[in-house]
Amino acid sequence: MRTVVIQPEYEAWRSAARQLLAQRVPPEDVLWADDAQESPLFMQEEPAQMAAPAAPPVKVPPAFLDLARSAAAHTDARRWAMLYRVLWRLTLGAERHLLSMPTDPDIRQLQDWCKAVGRDIHKMHAFVRFRLVSTHPATGREQFVAWFEPEHRIVRLATPFFEKRFAGMDWSILTPYECAHWDGTRLHFTAGVPRSSAPDEDAQDELWRTYYRSIFNPARVKISAMQSEMPKKYWKNLPEASLIADLIAGSSRRVQGMLETEERSVKPAPNNAYLQSLHALNQQQKSVTPDPGLP
Amino acid sequence: MDVTRKLEILADAAKYDASCASSGAARKDSRGSQGVGSTGGMGICHSYTPDGRCVSLMKVLLTNACLYDCHYCINRRSSNVTRARFTPDEVVQLTLDFYKRNYIEGLFLSSGIIRSADHTMELVIEVARKLREVHHFRGYIHLKTIPEASQDLIALAGRYADRISINVELPSQHSLNTLAPEKNLARTQQAMGHIRGKIDERHAEKRKPNTPKPPPFATGQSTQMLVGADASTDATILGCADQLYSAHRLRRVYYSAFSPIPEPSAILPLKAPPLIREHRLYQADWLLRFYDFKVEEIASPSSPNLDLALDPKLSWALQNRATFPVDVNRAPRELLLRVPGLGVRNVERLLAARRYTRLRLADLIRLRLQMKKILPFISTADHHPARLGLDSDSLRARFLPPPEQLEINFGAPPAPTPADFISARSGEL
Repeated sequence: MRTVVIQPEYEAWRSAARQLLAQRVPPEDVLWADDAQESPLFMQEEPAQMAAPAAPPVKVPPAFLDLARSAAAHTDARRWAMLYRVLWRLTLGAERHLLSMPTDPDIRQLQDWCKAVGRDIHKMHAFVRFRLVSTHPATGREQFVAWFEPEHRIVRLATPFFEKRFAGMDWSILTPYECAHWDGTRLHFTAGVPRSSAPDEDAQDELWRTYYRSIFNPARVKISAMQSEMPKKYWKNLPEASLIADLIAGSSRRVQGMLETEERSVKPAPNNAYLQSLHALNQQQKSVTPDPGLP
Repeated sequence: MDVTRKLEILADAAKYDASCASSGAARKDSRGSQGVGSTGGMGICHSYTPDGRCVSLMKVLLTNACLYDCHYCINRRSSNVTRARFTPDEVVQLTLDFYKRNYIEGLFLSSGIIRSADHTMELVIEVARKLREVHHFRGYIHLKTIPEASQDLIALAGRYADRISINVELPSQHSLNTLAPEKNLARTQQAMGHIRGKIDERHAEKRKPNTPKPPPFATGQSTQMLVGADASTDATILGCADQLYSAHRLRRVYYSAFSPIPEPSAILPLKAPPLIREHRLYQADWLLRFYDFKVEEIASPSSPNLDLALDPKLSWALQNRATFPVDVNRAPRELLLRVPGLGVRNVERLLAARRYTRLRLADLIRLRLQMKKILPFISTADHHPARLGLDSDSLRARFLPPPEQLEINFGAPPAPTPADFISARSGEL
């Protein structure tokens, strides 16, 4: 049994896995541990001997690399071992078709992790809220800071999206474990920071809440539909979420108001040349085509 | 009137348009520019309101003043709402401010018709032009167009927008004559035909080798139909949608259940349709587009309305039991797609897996299929549904929803529903 301690990153796992595979170390003989984690007691006995001879290149389907990169961002401690086992089965285990087997428990597990990671990335793209903090004195570029709490280690996977979208402004996205910064030329990463490092409010938040309040239709309340897409755990960092309770509470009163309003009678058409031409056109068309809309 | 108050009025006025898609645009982004914005790939929903709808684009009207008198619409000229009007610059600024804070994917701009179709269209286009040309905005823009506007203006709108749309509103001219006397279905269809022509043209030019890149044009068009404001059946609505999909290759048809508005009109029905009807129409629409169903199979002339209690695929399966059980190890894709509870993606998974193994129930459970739903309709290496009674009368009852539960109410006493008010008002039980 050997223990492999790696930085919790895809690249670290990949180089370790490549060497283990070259040495034909079967998955059941490896114990994987994150460098950041509490070490198991027996770890000191045998630190991994990683100065391996040049290994023959191992070929895996490209789809596996994508799967591995994404699953590696998950926080489940079993991911390294699972990835190595699947790598082993795909190569030395001669199960080349394994990735086409969504019914295989290992593949299923990896896909579940990828799905969770993909969802986390998507929610980060959706729920990051930038706050304007200053304007760069020399370049005149606006500078924004956002705070986000991802569930998994996705900052490096999720931020290229922001680089493409917000190239014209400077921004930082702060998270508890890693921060990303863009200055117009380069995306770089620094260590995580506490919540208090990020600004709380933006001057536009109030206008945004006005929009959110106005676009809500009180006549069709579907709270569970909202919560399945925007779970409560995200609410604390969304400026608009503070309105939700009041909007729900006031909705039936507002609908009642609508239903109790006296109906308005029809106003005759004003003397407008455009409207008159439209009505004349409609009359004409009515006499030609009976009903073009019905298939 | 300040911008906050205008936003309040003009967002409120725009909320009855159900479209929110921000997907399907051409790939573009802001790298190398001083602007912001990117599109292409999946659209993003940046928030959700308690009505369960997503907030993706900033959806506003340029003005809610309108010459038309469409009775289902809160902005019709007979309505007594407060009117407001944005200047193009105000909308531009709001869009940029909201976009930079990552509240939105872009702008959905529509407008009440003032003075004439062309005049209104010009104002709407001016907003999009400024965003694109002055501010280098590369985010998503959806412009609502007016069928009566000149073709040149619609073409110009398409240059700046990622999506353009015209609402058909109601599926027959007969209904429009009563409820929207200014609208005409033939003219709307004609305008959609022109837009399709433009989209196709640009697509064809892009594929020609050795030619300069053609100017941009919107990549798709969509429309909306109102449900429950007239007496149209689901068969009529779906028939109209199906015709629009095939004739004008629309990206989406949105169905919007008519809901009570603050300024009700005297000629509208008192009762709003149940929201579930809208949901069933979307499910049926999905079956038409991705599952190869025909309109007559889902909503036949003899029963033209969808079953509100069961989803349309399940409902079809119960009426066509002779097709089942389907053998998941042998059946072709088109038959697997007909199994209630099996979606497109799971069908692909099953097809992939069965090349290497004979599927058993344990495999299906591992895929987390909805076992209760699919079991009566499939057979596997170790399962045949005969004993579950594919022929029995009680099969339908197995799928009916349990007695209704109240939604969580944040501590408030159970609120009366809109139906309660209607019955109180009309004296109906």
